[in-house]
Amino acid sequence: MSVTTNGGELAYGDGHLREILRSVQTIAMVGISPRWNRPSFFAMKYLQAKGYRIIPVNPHAAGEAILGEICHAALADVPGRIDMVDIFRDAEAAGALVDEAIALKEEKGIRIVWMQLGIRNDAAAARGTAAGLTVIMNRCPKIEFGRLHAELSWGGFNSRIISSRRRRAHIL
Amino acid sequence: MTRRDNPNRSEFGFETRMIHAGAAPEPITGARQTPIFQNTSYVFHDADHAASLYNLQTFGFVYSRLSNPTVAALEERIASLENGRGATCCASGHAAQLLAFFAFMEPGDEFISSTRLYGGSITQFGKTFKKFDWHCHFVDFDEPENVRRALTPKCKAIFCESLANPGGVVSDLEALAEIADEAGVLLIVDNTMATPYLCQPFDWGAGLSVHSTTKFLSGNGTSLGGCVVDSGTFDWAKNDKFGGLTQPEPAYHGLTFYETFGDLAFTTHAHAVTLRDLGATQAPMNAFQTLLGIETLSLRMERHCRNAQRIAEFLDGHDEVAWVSFAGLKASPYHELAKKYLTGGFGSVFTFGVKGGYEMGMSVVESCELCSHLANVGDARTLILHPASTTHRQLTDEQALAAGAGPEVVRLSVGLETVEDIIADLDQALKTAATKGDKTAE
Repeated sequence: MSVTTNGGELAYGDGHLREILRSVQTIAMVGISPRWNRPSFFAMKYLQAKGYRIIPVNPHAAGEAILGEICHAALADVPGRIDMVDIFRDAEAAGALVDEAIALKEEKGIRIVWMQLGIRNDAAAARGTAAGLTVIMNRCPKIEFGRLHAELSWGGFNSRIISSRRRRAHIL
Repeated sequence: MTRRDNPNRSEFGFETRMIHAGAAPEPITGARQTPIFQNTSYVFHDADHAASLYNLQTFGFVYSRLSNPTVAALEERIASLENGRGATCCASGHAAQLLAFFAFMEPGDEFISSTRLYGGSITQFGKTFKKFDWHCHFVDFDEPENVRRALTPKCKAIFCESLANPGGVVSDLEALAEIADEAGVLLIVDNTMATPYLCQPFDWGAGLSVHSTTKFLSGNGTSLGGCVVDSGTFDWAKNDKFGGLTQPEPAYHGLTFYETFGDLAFTTHAHAVTLRDLGATQAPMNAFQTLLGIETLSLRMERHCRNAQRIAEFLDGHDEVAWVSFAGLKASPYHELAKKYLTGGFGSVFTFGVKGGYEMGMSVVESCELCSHLANVGDARTLILHPASTTHRQLTDEQALAAGAGPEVVRLSVGLETVEDIIADLDQALKTAATKGDKTAE
């Protein structure tokens, strides 16, 4: 896949990220906070508004509703299929979560593990990739979605995207 | 030469980004040129969408004091050209300087600035900022160790111009960045005179760059504007100096910008807090004019620089000229630094000293026919000015001298006219002024 490293930095091709965000429907957000002003809550709210089903996972908020979805204690407790696991935990915890995702891969249909901005665990990523998972590290799916769909540009940010094609007005 | 890794570097070339960055076709109509969104406010989908926008939970527009689609296109374009993470455009270059500091300066805080700045910046930093209880220490940056010695525990930033206005001075960005890194402070570089075509401040360790887009970026003297570009690579949490971005923001219900927005934090804060509350917004029409200007930036800069080189060499050999301060001349003390930090030319704004002092300086300026006597730089037209009697007249004699604006100094901003015509005009002005001077002496 189009994963290269650039001076130690992870570099994921736009086409690769676009394909992931196009193909997933259900995302389990592990380590999400029920508090409205936390970054994970922002990401959940944004991605929900774009049409994704977000399942909150956090043992400290298990049983609570976050943005209309019941929070589960662990990935194994989530009923039904999960396309992508989005990890809002530190690199060490992310390692264990990758192993959980590998164990649940067949049962839940997990295809992608995504570690949030600032989180990188190369050894866990290697285990995930070897088990057939697509692994993204040190990125935020909200920011990448916004970047790839020109919304990040509204904030004055450098999307690094150059295109003279006419974009569809509807995102989803 | 150790250029730093930059995750925001584009796979596209500079010229492609001048024309395309920030300006994909407008999706609803297909309009190819960026439309001028001359409107104040934007409809919400529903109450929840409005709440998400006010809570900064989603991207979008609320009110043009904070952000506007045409201005956003310019912001992305400048951010792209400078290989930064994001940019915030504002009403003028002076507003950009205020925006850059506003994110983290508190009453009682200090910063260090080069003495070689545009005169208006010296006044803004030295006088007006004092009203906010912000304190600027002006230091001679030619010896970077001076900067290290001037650092105090309350210092939060180091400020310089990459290629300084008025003339021919180049800052040693890499050495300054090293001092800033060691002290845990931010290096802010004004890149107006060099433009991103000649200089890339983030390659050398600057955390923010600021611009007066009024100058070479817009390029034809039509539109005021400023811009702060964030590299996205400065760690605001490395110490407790940058609480404005790392402490909970009461106006947003305790949201912490750096934690929530990561490398988007500075630019998000600059729009959502600084522009919201200071109101120094750039007009959409000005952003549009500046976008048009940037489309030809590289072509103009090449010619500006080539003309300036020819004219500097001409003046250097002129009988009525005492000295020329242009980094493109081999004898310039800044020539080696310029070769390191500037790519593709040495700029087109420089100074020269006339024989005969203050009166002769004013007389040369008044004797020009083709060169315009006015207070601006970076225009398609050649501009000429006597700083001591104009842009730098609010300074003390000592400050003016330190800024490179002594009594005999004339500043030129070389334009895009036929170079022989500019040379002929300067030659006749120098001769006319010298004749007048002789008559006065008699």
